[in-house]
Amino acid sequence: MIELVDVSKSFTLHNQGSAVIPVMERASFKVEPGECVALTGASGAGKSTLMRVIYGNYIAASGQVLVAGLNVANAEPREILALRRETLGYVSQFLRVVPRVPTLEVVAEPLLDIGTEKHVALDKAASLLRRLNIPEHLWTLSPTTFSGGEQQRVNIARGFAHDYPAILLDEPTASLDAQNRQTVLTLIEEAKYRGAAIVGIFHDLDARRQVCTREINVSDFAPGMAA
Amino acid sequence: MTPLLQVEGIQKHYGARIGCADVSFDLYPGEVMGIVGESGSGKSTLLNCLAGHLEPDMGRVIFDTRTNGPTDTVAMSEPERRLLGRTDWAFVHQHARDGLRMSVSAGGNIGERLMAVGERHYGNIRNKASDWLGRVEIEADRIDNRPTAFSGGMQQRLQIARNLVTGPRLVFMDEPTGGLDVSVQARLLDLLRGLVREMGLSAIIVTHDLAVVRLLADRLMVMKDGHVVEAGLTDQVLDDPQHAYTQLLVSSVLQV
Repeated sequence: MIELVDVSKSFTLHNQGSAVIPVMERASFKVEPGECVALTGASGAGKSTLMRVIYGNYIAASGQVLVAGLNVANAEPREILALRRETLGYVSQFLRVVPRVPTLEVVAEPLLDIGTEKHVALDKAASLLRRLNIPEHLWTLSPTTFSGGEQQRVNIARGFAHDYPAILLDEPTASLDAQNRQTVLTLIEEAKYRGAAIVGIFHDLDARRQVCTREINVSDFAPGMAA
Repeated sequence: MTPLLQVEGIQKHYGARIGCADVSFDLYPGEVMGIVGESGSGKSTLLNCLAGHLEPDMGRVIFDTRTNGPTDTVAMSEPERRLLGRTDWAFVHQHARDGLRMSVSAGGNIGERLMAVGERHYGNIRNKASDWLGRVEIEADRIDNRPTAFSGGMQQRLQIARNLVTGPRLVFMDEPTGGLDVSVQARLLDLLRGLVREMGLSAIIVTHDLAVVRLLADRLMVMKDGHVVEAGLTDQVLDDPQHAYTQLLVSSVLQV
């Protein structure tokens, strides 16, 4: 489902003496449907960078990034947008929404974007918000005013609204209490069970042990390491 | 899928100075493209060339018309291009007064565009006008007021209603949120995003506000000195800019 072949990434800072910062070399791995793979490595090792490269948010300097057969590294914007709409979900650490849109619609939006009927999409959104303990009287409000933990749960609900065949998770359990953390882990288990290929960053060791089938240490892809 | 708009090698000079040069891209149905760059970078010149307000020195702007399929609008006759401007195209100006008739009521402003495409029944026109006032969140009892009695944000929303009432397929926007205060901007952005999705519109939005394009645009083109220096997926261009100028632009935004 997700396959990286010899991917490298560097940043060129044109306005700071054109410094070139290599961050990753020869990253190659494969994630099959039903797997949940944890990216590990010290802070700054490039876990988030790798995730962003898979999502098409960062451009790979070389190599192939295949998601459901599409090479994200050189695809057209509209191909990547279609991939993100239908196939590849991403739960980032931060919720980014248009001001004023009610929480229920924020969560239902990924479903509406693929043409799901409005009442079906809103029902699914409501059931996710309920499972993640967002009080119903908040659903009509914009999540921009919510607490950090609430925003994260809204973000997770949104990320799981559509049954994406491939999912990227950036610290999905950070700053959640025990009960909500367990709900999120259950959502991940359910996604694995229906055959989603998942790549995640989990600093929470117990969570990682509970849901991940395998670990990939991104330090192995550090520049100059694998000769 | 046929692109809705194919732009090929557009070039416009003002005397010896370059307005814009070598601009080519395809826009597909439902896509929203942002064009950013500082003042004088050629983004408005480009937009006006695309929308038929300025004649480019070189290049083609091929639009997939309903009746004849892909047609070069630069080579079209003036009446044909004007018809397109009243039907399938819409243009939202930065200053609402450039896009509105200030001496005609709000309802009349919306109705005028309907009449231009052949609607004659007064009741239908008035109903549609009041429906559109509602969609852009202007109270129905303001239908007989002139836009001179409206705030800047309301005028801009009225301009959008006037433009979208005929169900265009392509909307050109020149700094649609410029000059509005931020709370009004947020409301307008939310409105535009909803309308774009509901109506399946394609849009080209010129702005210098990176936050606006992040929320509205799928794709982004960065212009400097009349040339496109970088183009791609909006979040990719903003988060991993490749060109020196884009890096400068992105890093110059003040954080709030």
